[in-house]
Amino acid sequence: MNITPDNESLVPEISMRNLDFYYGKEIALKSINLDIYWGKVTAFIGPSGCGKSTLLRAINRMYDLYPGQRAEGELIVCGKNILAKDVDTIGLRAKVGMVFQKPTPFPMSIYENIAFGVSMHEKLSRRQMDDRVEWALTKAALWNEVKDKLRQPGTGLSGGQQQRLCIARCVAVKPRVILLDEPTSALDPISTMHIEALIAELKKEFTIAIVTHNMQQAARVSDFTSYMYLGEMIEFGRTDDIFVKPKDKRTEDYITGRFG
Amino acid sequence: MKSSIEKARTGDLIFLNLTRTFAAFTLLVLFAIVVSLVWSAMPSIREFGFGFLTSSEWNPPAERFGALVPIYGTLATSIIALIIAVPISFGIAIFLTELSPVWLRRPLGTAIELLAGIPSIVYGMWGLLVFAPLFGEYAQPWIAKTLGQIPLIGNLFTGPMLGIGVLAAGIILAIMIIPFIASIMRDVFELTPAMLKESCYGIGGTTWEVVWRVVLPYTRVGVIGGIMLGLGRALGETMAVTFIIGNASIFINYSLFQPGNSITSALANEFAEATPGLYTAALIELGLLLFLITVVVLSLSRLLLHSLDKR
Repeated sequence: MNITPDNESLVPEISMRNLDFYYGKEIALKSINLDIYWGKVTAFIGPSGCGKSTLLRAINRMYDLYPGQRAEGELIVCGKNILAKDVDTIGLRAKVGMVFQKPTPFPMSIYENIAFGVSMHEKLSRRQMDDRVEWALTKAALWNEVKDKLRQPGTGLSGGQQQRLCIARCVAVKPRVILLDEPTSALDPISTMHIEALIAELKKEFTIAIVTHNMQQAARVSDFTSYMYLGEMIEFGRTDDIFVKPKDKRTEDYITGRFG
Repeated sequence: MKSSIEKARTGDLIFLNLTRTFAAFTLLVLFAIVVSLVWSAMPSIREFGFGFLTSSEWNPPAERFGALVPIYGTLATSIIALIIAVPISFGIAIFLTELSPVWLRRPLGTAIELLAGIPSIVYGMWGLLVFAPLFGEYAQPWIAKTLGQIPLIGNLFTGPMLGIGVLAAGIILAIMIIPFIASIMRDVFELTPAMLKESCYGIGGTTWEVVWRVVLPYTRVGVIGGIMLGLGRALGETMAVTFIIGNASIFINYSLFQPGNSITSALANEFAEATPGLYTAALIELGLLLFLITVVVLSLSRLLLHSLDKR
């Protein structure tokens, strides 16, 4: 049961108002209205192709890299409509970090993997950088495993460690929001457990949005859940409500495994 | 049942031996070429010994031969070509993979591949008749005034401004190898997983940071391979260089403005008129030297790749 009272003060960190998303002429998100609250984990579930990854990639404007993709409506991140033309996407992506389906360590040492991202935004002394790297790796629960081999390539770690390295790399930049796009889909159950424990830790300091195919995972890690289907937001609410007494028949069918 | 298995086995056996023969054939050809080069160059090797590499005298009537001028020409033109071609190719490849609008990618990529298809003799004629006169009149005075004033390397940019010469040949070579290096770089850059690039963009990287710190290190093996292919082409290029390098077999100084000779252009110019005996042997020894230079370059690039793999 959700122990937080309903009148708990929830501060929206990200707000979507009538958000549409297009791949060329094809519409992928239809009029999404949604708030993602500060310090909470919001999970996006739904069958493949429902638009949940697209939604995540709108938040840091990753779609900018691909011509023909565009978003319309309002998407407010930290008080600013980031769909405006003059938005500084580099600054936005420093505030909104992202972790992907597969671990993507950069072709450099473990230390460099963390320091590289930080050095793009801040000028730190060697000493400060060492501290930051240790801080980020500790946050990602990886420090004890790698502290003796910081100079070795990041690609030499196991899959689960690589994914935590990617989380550390993202955390090191000190973002406000962390987007997780199916972060455990390429990992074994033990590594998945590590990452889930990590998410519970990280939400104390960051706002987290997670896309997952695994409904148990959504139920375990999230405070709020959104069920999406064919580009529409079918239902959004507290995770416990969604999983225990969904309001929409379609959500119920999906969650109980009758569909999807 | 049994017979069909046996039949398949015989087929496999024939196929194995056939492919093995083909592979052995390449080795045999390589071996035969090396042996015949060494054999035919023997009179010259015996006569001049190691001095062949350090002497700049090339005097057919007196039968005195030294390879310093063509060796210098071959190495200098190839190095100039690489210095110019590598950064330009890198820029082309970045533009084509990361920055160019999608509609422009294909036509531009095709244009660059077409550039690789122009016969080298056309480059040579264009270089001699169009490029060299303009180069001598406008570019060389400017180079002498700028690069020529730098201490140490300034001496490389002095002397008569004829247009043709080692520098002009190096520039034409650069234009010729750019399409090769650029299209290989583009191909390997495209192999970089989108997710890896997005990871770097995702923490606020600029296109430059993504390319320089992620794409390039990820694809370094392919990039070096492409550069080596370009270098191989530059070392062996004959026709275009022969047209532009000036074909002077007298060594005055190291200036790149001087007309010079490369190994290939010396061979192309002189083989028809060479008398049998020491003259022909000296030319064949030049060919052997070119082969050795290529082998050394290829081995060095292998070593470089090997040490990169270890890191």
